[in-house]
Amino acid sequence: MIPERFITFAVPAGLFIIAILAFWTDEPFTITLTTRVAILGLAAVGLNIALGIGGLVSLGHAAFFGLGGYAMGILAYHAQTYSPLTLGPLVIEGTKSMPVIWIVAVVTSALAALAIGVLSLRTSGVYFIMITLAFGQMLYYFSVSWSAYGGEDGLSIYLRNEFPGINTLVPIQFFGLCFVLLCLALVLQARLRGSSFGLALNAARQAPARVETVGLNPVRLKLLAFVISGAITGLAGALYADLNRFVSPSMFSWHLSGELIVLIIIGGVGRLVGPVIGAALFVALEHWLGGLTEYWHIGLGAILLGIVLFSRGGVIGFLTGKAGPNV
Amino acid sequence: MSEHLLETRGLCKSFGALKATDNVSISLKPGEIHAIIGPNGAGKSTLIAQICGGLAPDAGQILMQGRDVTSLTTQARAQAGLGRTFQVSALAMEDTVLENVLLGTLGASGHAWRFWKNASNVRDRLDQAMAALERVGLEKVCDQQTATLSHGQRRQLEVAVALTLEPSAFVMDEPMAGLGAEGTKKMTEFLDGLRDQAPILLVEHDMDAVFALADRISVLVYGQIIATGSVADIRASATVRDAYLGDPA
Ligand SMILES: Nc1ncnc2c1ncn2[C@@H]1O[C@H](COP(=O)(O)OP(=O)(O)OP(=O)(O)O)[C@@H](O)[C@H]1O
Ligand SMILES: [Mg+2]
Repeated sequence: MIPERFITFAVPAGLFIIAILAFWTDEPFTITLTTRVAILGLAAVGLNIALGIGGLVSLGHAAFFGLGGYAMGILAYHAQTYSPLTLGPLVIEGTKSMPVIWIVAVVTSALAALAIGVLSLRTSGVYFIMITLAFGQMLYYFSVSWSAYGGEDGLSIYLRNEFPGINTLVPIQFFGLCFVLLCLALVLQARLRGSSFGLALNAARQAPARVETVGLNPVRLKLLAFVISGAITGLAGALYADLNRFVSPSMFSWHLSGELIVLIIIGGVGRLVGPVIGAALFVALEHWLGGLTEYWHIGLGAILLGIVLFSRGGVIGFLTGKAGPNV
Repeated sequence: MSEHLLETRGLCKSFGALKATDNVSISLKPGEIHAIIGPNGAGKSTLIAQICGGLAPDAGQILMQGRDVTSLTTQARAQAGLGRTFQVSALAMEDTVLENVLLGTLGASGHAWRFWKNASNVRDRLDQAMAALERVGLEKVCDQQTATLSHGQRRQLEVAVALTLEPSAFVMDEPMAGLGAEGTKKMTEFLDGLRDQAPILLVEHDMDAVFALADRISVLVYGQIIATGSVADIRASATVRDAYLGDPA
């Protein structure tokens, strides 16, 4: 059996090596695929903090992915049309600067996660799943009807946004940016999981009554996890929009929320690099099977079924022989 | 400061037509073990849940050191010095034994909002956690996953977590349940010594343990306290024997 620590390092390293090889052999499309893996992985790493450690099965994380995407779309749109964004008395200039866009994406998604979390965390179990789904769908329909930013058709951004010192139009450079953010999120999650907060959050998932009787508030712990989670998924949304140079309501769709959960289950719930493995398999299938048939999701479904039936703990559970992250 | 560390006044709780707690007034004095006994379904756990929070009484008050805590949350009562163990172990089963006790030290110190530093690298808290484990005799299994513990060890772990809170009063729901003869004997000795640290409100079915430990006993039947007194009083009481003890004790 392979030690989990090895997998934790090998998976990001593998992704990096594939991108470098693709760069050397001059296959920009493969680099784009690895970038997609990094971004979807980042989104799912975000969800994994809420779902894997906190036990919060959110079927509405597309809300944050979409908010991150639209944060990028709206700011870049106003920059490319040279029209400031007026919100009542507030006049905001658009921007093409990635760091600024990222901050806006993270803050917006964190605030949305705070609001959604406060309301959703009054419930648990199936009700939590349903209420997060409902919030996601609300934003979806809102974006469809928001004609100022393309409505159903979405919004195209002509040039990728800028990052100081980097030419983001070069695929490998943009990949590097996404990869670094993915690694930072993984480090953050690892530290979080080992910290006092992580210990308490992990216990709040397993035995909320215990957490209360030692004088801690399990709902508050979960709320903060939800906010951190939403912020990371929001950042991924901004990158995803930049990768495609396009945002549309589909970023808010519940399919995407479901897919993020699937990525986590495939990789292994609560496992650090589980979402990255899930994202890699997802993108690989989408690319190869998707080239053969429109119904490639059936292949994804088969893998998911196999994992749920035969390996508790996803791919990482299978490789390490350990069903859970703490076993 | 009131003489009573913990007190209930006229506590009532109904589930539909069932009066699970019926005008219960009990108290816990410094240094004592006050045992609550009663048949299955008498309302002992329901009473504990109201005292510790989590279940709101329909009427009556709960006081800690003279202060009304009836409207406080479970967390607030824990912070005010209530150390509880559950009848059915409520532990983080996937976590190690040590992690469960560390959780107690986090709550006690209010330090759960640290996001970067490794939780088990804080010397003071680790020492405190290990000390609690040593007191209940679990130090050797500290790195074991909690799910692998025997039933008896889980009971001990429950007590160890409560110890880390350094509470001013313990509330324990059947700590001996399922311990076996040897385990019960050890737990009895342990609780005997613990009363000097903080008094214990003890719900227990094991009569030998109760008679060995209790300074006072209250008998709960159908939600009502039908008698309170010393071990000798309760043993001698005809009412209690009829209602509960059944065969002559
Ligand atoms: N949440 C609830 N809803 C409805 N009835 C309840 C609830 N909790 C407890 N009861 C009922 O209240 C009564 C008292 O239950 P409780 O668990 O307090 O008894 P107990 O004295 O602790 O019994 P045991 O010795 O078996 O632990 C029982 O009849 C039980 O079925
Ligand atoms: Mg009970």
